[in-house]
Amino acid sequence: MEAAIVCHGLVKRYGDVTALDRLDLEVPTGSLFGFLGPNGAGKTTTIRLLTGLAWPTSGRAVVAGLDPSGGDIHLRQRISHQDQQSKLYGWMKGRELLEFVGRLFGFSGPDLRSRVDEVLEKTGLVEAAGRRVAGYSSGMRQRLNLAQALMNRPQVLFLDEPASSLDPAGRHDVLNLLADLRGQVTVFMSSHILEDVEKVCDRVGIIDRGRLVADATMTELQARFAEPVFAIELEPGQAAAGADLVTVLKQSALVGGIGRDGPVLRVAVNDAARAGPEILRILATSGVHVARFERLRPSLEDVFLRLVPSQQPHGAHE
Amino acid sequence: MRGYAVLLIKEITEQWRTGRLPVVAVIFLLFGLASPVLAKYTPDIVKLAASSIDIHVPTPTIKDAVAELIKNLSQVGVLAAILLAMGSVAGEKESGTAAFVLVKPVSRFAFLAAKFSGLAVTMAAAVLICGLAAYLYTDLLFAPLTVLGFAAACLVILLGLLEIAAVTFLGSTLVRSSIPAAGIGIVALVVAGVVSSLPNVGHFTPFGLNELASDLALQQTATGWDWPLLVNAGFVVVALAASWLVFRRQEI
Repeated sequence: MEAAIVCHGLVKRYGDVTALDRLDLEVPTGSLFGFLGPNGAGKTTTIRLLTGLAWPTSGRAVVAGLDPSGGDIHLRQRISHQDQQSKLYGWMKGRELLEFVGRLFGFSGPDLRSRVDEVLEKTGLVEAAGRRVAGYSSGMRQRLNLAQALMNRPQVLFLDEPASSLDPAGRHDVLNLLADLRGQVTVFMSSHILEDVEKVCDRVGIIDRGRLVADATMTELQARFAEPVFAIELEPGQAAAGADLVTVLKQSALVGGIGRDGPVLRVAVNDAARAGPEILRILATSGVHVARFERLRPSLEDVFLRLVPSQQPHGAHE
Repeated sequence: MRGYAVLLIKEITEQWRTGRLPVVAVIFLLFGLASPVLAKYTPDIVKLAASSIDIHVPTPTIKDAVAELIKNLSQVGVLAAILLAMGSVAGEKESGTAAFVLVKPVSRFAFLAAKFSGLAVTMAAAVLICGLAAYLYTDLLFAPLTVLGFAAACLVILLGLLEIAAVTFLGSTLVRSSIPAAGIGIVALVVAGVVSSLPNVGHFTPFGLNELASDLALQQTATGWDWPLLVNAGFVVVALAASWLVFRRQEI
C-alpha cells in the first residue's frame, strides 16, 4: 500500500538540543497511526514538520505526495491539523468558525452550509453551533477543533491529543468517528491515552528522546513483546482438581514454572509455540473445568513502558 | 494572495466584535469634537481661572483649531496605532491561532496583508470620524475649511500613524509576545520624536508631517514635501516588506 506520510532521516535541532533524531517512518494510506511518546519526546515537533509549520534541519518528508517544507498551498488543501494547544477564535460562534475555515478551503454558498451542517452533526455540536466559542467547555472546544479539521475532507489528518479533554461518552464518540475514517483518511494521531490508541489505531509508532523506538502494527507489537506465559482460569470449586493439574503441568519439560493468583494459574513456558498445544492436551485429559485459557498478551501500555525506560513507574526496578 | 479576502473580512469583523474598532472610533470622535472646542474656549477658561492676574490671551483663530486637532491626533493616534499593532501577529502566534490558520491553504503573505489591512481600515475609520467631527465643529465655531485641503491633511496624518503602526507590526512579527512588540513601537516613536526636532531631517519623520498637514488644512502653500512624503510612505513599505521577509520562513 502506498504511504501517505514518509519521513527519511528527519532531524530537527534547536540550538544544541536535538528534538528529532533521524526519524524514518512510513504511514500507509488510509491507516490510523498512533504516535506515542513521553512529554518532550518529539511528537509535536514531528507534527509541526509534517504540517509545514516548521522546517527540518536535515532529512526530508513527503505528505500526501508533497514536501511540507516547501510551503506548498496544494499540500495544505489536502491535509488538516487539530492541535489541542491552539486556541480558536473565541469571539466567533461555532458555526461561524467552521464557515470561516470552509471559506479558506474554497467552499461557498450551499456547499459551505451543507458541509458545516455535516461536520456539526458528526461532532455532536449542532445545538452549540450558535454559541460563542469563548463560552464552550474544553471538551466542546476539542470537538469543534476536530470539526474544523474535518471541513476539507482531508487526505491526511493530524491530530494532537484528540480526546484528552473529553468525558467518557465524548471520547467514545470521537474514537468511533475516527474509526469510521479508516480506509478513507490517513490519521496521524499523537496521544497520551494509550487505551485510545490501542482501541482505534492499526499501527503505532513510539518515539523517545527524538528517536523512533518502535513502528509496527498492534498485532506485531503484541507478538514481539508477548511473554511466554499462559493463563488458565479455573471454574469455582476446583481447588483439588487445580492442585492435581499443577502437579501434572510441572512434569512437562516445556513448563518452566507455575504461579497462582486466586483461580488463575500463570504457566511460564520455554517454547510457547510447542507448549500451547501441550497444555491444552493436559487440560483436556485432566477433567478440570476451565473458564479461560489464553496466551498472555501485553497491553500497549506494557509495550510502551518496556520501550521507554524513562517512563517506568517509580519502584518498578525494586 | 490566496485567502486574503476571507482573512480581511475576519480581521475587520474581529476588530468590530472585540470592541477595538468602536473604542478607537469613539476616542477619536471625542478628540475630533474636543479639538476645535478647546481651541475656541481655552482662552476664556484661562481668563476665568486666573481672573486676578492680567493675562493677554490672543483671540483664537482657525489656525489654533487645526493645530489643536493635529497635536491631539498625533498623540492619541500613535498610542492607538501601537496598541492595535502590538498583538496583531505576536498575539496570534502566542495563542496558536496563527498555526491554526497557516495550516490551511492561505499564503503567509495574505495572512500578513490581511492583518495590516484590517489595522489600516480601523485607523482610517477612526481618522475619518475624527476628521468629520473636527471639520463640522471648526465650521461651527470658526469658519469652514476647504474639504479637499482638510481631507488631504487627514490623509497625511493617517500616513504618519500608519508608519508607527507598521514599525510596531514589524516588531509583532519578529517576536512571540505583544509586550516586546509594543516596546519596539515605543522605541520607534522616541526615535521619530528625537529626529523630528533635528533640522533638515525632521520632515522625514511621522511627526515632521504635522507641519504639512497644517499647511494643507489651512490652504497654505506647501512646497518641498514630495521627498518627505515619499520617504515616510517608504518607511511603511519597508517595514511591511521586512515583516514579510521575517514571517515568510518563520517557524510558527
